[in-house]
Amino acid sequence: MRLHSSQTRATTGLQRFSQLRPAAALRPLLTSIALAVSLVAMPQAWANGPANADSLPEIQRLIKQGQYPQALERVDAYIATRPKDAQGRFTKGLILTELNRPADAIVVFQRLTEDYPELPEPYNNLAVLYAQQKQYDKARTALEMAIRTHPAYATAHENLGDVYAKLASQAYDKALQIDSSNTGAQSKLSLIRELISVSGRPGSRPAAAAAAPTPAPAPAVSATTGAAPTVVARAEPAKPAAAPAPVAPPPKVVEKPAPAEKPEKAEKVEKAAEAKPAPKAEEKKADEAKASGDEAGVHKAVQAWANAWSRKDVKAYLAAYAPDFQVPGGQKRKDWEAERSSRITKPGTIQVGVEDLKVSFQGDKATVRFRQNYKSANLKSSASKVLVLSKSGSRWLIQQERVGS
Amino acid sequence: MFSPPVVRNMSRPRRPASPGALAAPLLGAALLALPALFHVANATPARAEKAATKPAAKAKALPADAATQLVPSYSDSGPEPMLDRIFAAIEQRKLDTALEQTEVLLKQYPNFRLANLIKGDLLLARSRPINAFGALNNAPAEKVADLREEAIARLKAYRQKPNADVVPRYLLQLQSDQRYAIVVDTQKSRLYLYENDAKTGRPHFVADYYITQGKLGAEKSKEGDKKTPIGVYHVTSSLEPRKIGDFYGSGAFPINYPNEWDKRNGKSGHGIWLHGTPSDTFSRPPKASDGCVVLANTDLNQLAKNLQIGLTPVIISPSIEWTSIDDWAKERAELNRTIESWRNDWESRDTDRFLRHYSRRFQGDGQNYAAFAQQKRQVNGAKEWIKVGISNVSMFRNPGKDEMVVVTFAQDYRSNNVNQASRKRQYWIREDGAWKIIYEGAA
Repeated sequence: MRLHSSQTRATTGLQRFSQLRPAAALRPLLTSIALAVSLVAMPQAWANGPANADSLPEIQRLIKQGQYPQALERVDAYIATRPKDAQGRFTKGLILTELNRPADAIVVFQRLTEDYPELPEPYNNLAVLYAQQKQYDKARTALEMAIRTHPAYATAHENLGDVYAKLASQAYDKALQIDSSNTGAQSKLSLIRELISVSGRPGSRPAAAAAAPTPAPAPAVSATTGAAPTVVARAEPAKPAAAPAPVAPPPKVVEKPAPAEKPEKAEKVEKAAEAKPAPKAEEKKADEAKASGDEAGVHKAVQAWANAWSRKDVKAYLAAYAPDFQVPGGQKRKDWEAERSSRITKPGTIQVGVEDLKVSFQGDKATVRFRQNYKSANLKSSASKVLVLSKSGSRWLIQQERVGS
Repeated sequence: MFSPPVVRNMSRPRRPASPGALAAPLLGAALLALPALFHVANATPARAEKAATKPAAKAKALPADAATQLVPSYSDSGPEPMLDRIFAAIEQRKLDTALEQTEVLLKQYPNFRLANLIKGDLLLARSRPINAFGALNNAPAEKVADLREEAIARLKAYRQKPNADVVPRYLLQLQSDQRYAIVVDTQKSRLYLYENDAKTGRPHFVADYYITQGKLGAEKSKEGDKKTPIGVYHVTSSLEPRKIGDFYGSGAFPINYPNEWDKRNGKSGHGIWLHGTPSDTFSRPPKASDGCVVLANTDLNQLAKNLQIGLTPVIISPSIEWTSIDDWAKERAELNRTIESWRNDWESRDTDRFLRHYSRRFQGDGQNYAAFAQQKRQVNGAKEWIKVGISNVSMFRNPGKDEMVVVTFAQDYRSNNVNQASRKRQYWIREDGAWKIIYEGAA
């Protein structure tokens, strides 16, 4: 049960701008990061620990298996007992989207924005649905609402960038009497799959969320680690929903709350959170020795990854990721790959440069922090980036990817 | 007058980017959308002004700061005031404001292509630096150039509105029943509507509108040259929008090109109209017609209310000469004296005195000077008395190189054996410092 302190918000406010555009270049990643930020919690929600805690994860499981009709049934039942539950309604919106019932999904997300205007995710997904229907003005309004409450919300920014591009293209069509509708594929806006910044409705958040199959660390963690690095602070239960910066900054906190200085703590966090068991390393002390110190190899792998991206070689780009790569946003690997592929193969050149690589080794893993300079037809950004690589045979493969230091 | 804002802005220290603005670092680049626009805008008037001030030198030249002295009575309808604010916002790097205002403008004029282009640029500037007006990749260059020209024309006309102390030199005198007069400036892509002040005889500014001229500019000389004629014309009829088709918009008003002088100079062509705009666009580029003067439908509808068929003068100039009221009054008085002198000399039956008013190059009703002179000697010699009354006189200076004035009036001719009332038109030309009639015929 904690929030970002106001001091924290001030810090992130300063970072906001530099983070914003880079983040936008890497939306899928951010989805996961944002998702991990679930700790922007509702004190009361967590405390209450409502019943049926396992209900939502079960529904999530059905979704993952593609059993949408069943998932819908379950979620309807779930909501029937908790009509106000944001998480449940949000999930229903997702299921309806998957079932290709955009009109119904829009109603669900729309009502969520009315009941929980402080949540950015329903706005974002509303925008995604509007954009699919080419209602870009509505999409834009929704995204601007999301950003109004969460100015650093990277996914919304990236989506908004796409919507602006669409609106620009429509305006150009009218201005120049051209039809650009068939040039450039329909832009795919990113749907947010997890409700992360849960609202302040008591009891609205099931404790189950903590156990959800996402890397959301249990709130207890930061309490135990106490001096959770820069970002996390003790709860200020007084004004939960008002916290404007829950989204983008926390990436640092979540998967690895301690940036450069304290990676050990990060592992503790992950363990405590029952996320993917990162520290396999203990079992592989032998590999560790081999792996450690292969700085040149890591450099080479990162460079090759950036090069593949730059020359839009999707195959080589995706091959840079380990089989156990932590796919962002709880997405399926296949979906993630499809999304990456569609983004990378968008018309126009891409340039990805890496600089200031700093490698540190933990067990059989290497963490590389660097500056990523990204330039495409639509976006230019420079972002701090972190890749966690693991050695597979002679190759270093990406196991985690995130923005931030 | 345009100030060169961009150059100045570039050297100004950059303001801190607002954290909320995605495109803040791109602002400087976004501004680049406009320098070209403004540079071009700056370059052309210089030439236009030279041309304008030369003939006006005799009259009083337009005050240099005329543009800044906007007159309260001037109508600010149309998109120009909003466009001006949008460009000002862009200059000040307030791109969000600029976009908001562009969207307001588009609410009013959804088919305004120029505004759509600006909107596209402003939206594009949120995701990447833009360095040109019409920054879309692979934008059709010709169309972008057209819209740029339109932007320049509209802003220039708005910022350089003539002030209230000057009138177009052409409107020397309107007939008492001519309620309005139209003056078109093809270089400025602008039509000015003036009202005839019945008491003072002074033309009063009513409104001005953006117009489109011929694809290949002005000074039409032959059929199909896609040019707009220069001269003194009037509206001859009104065509039903339903009968002429969507392309001509909400109406069409043919003018009498080629007029007497055009015909005498061998100019050909026909079907020069003032007309509206097709429904799929608010306006057309500055140079796009086959010679017609094209207005936005809303503007044409406004204008149409004031048109008198067969009566409303339409004077088309490549570049309007503006003159002070004093000089305008002087010139008008001089011409009235000249015409009065011609009338007197005709009544005197002294044919030599009468013929002093005619140019040796005179032609009218199929007669050259010699034939005309001979006929007048014969007729006048047989008369015991002649009374000539002229009334309802209009005098319009003809735009162009020649100093020429088109005079139209009701003539009441009485003599001992013949009475005749008619409308007459004369073209007076200045030869060796004196006004001479070079054409005369029924109007």
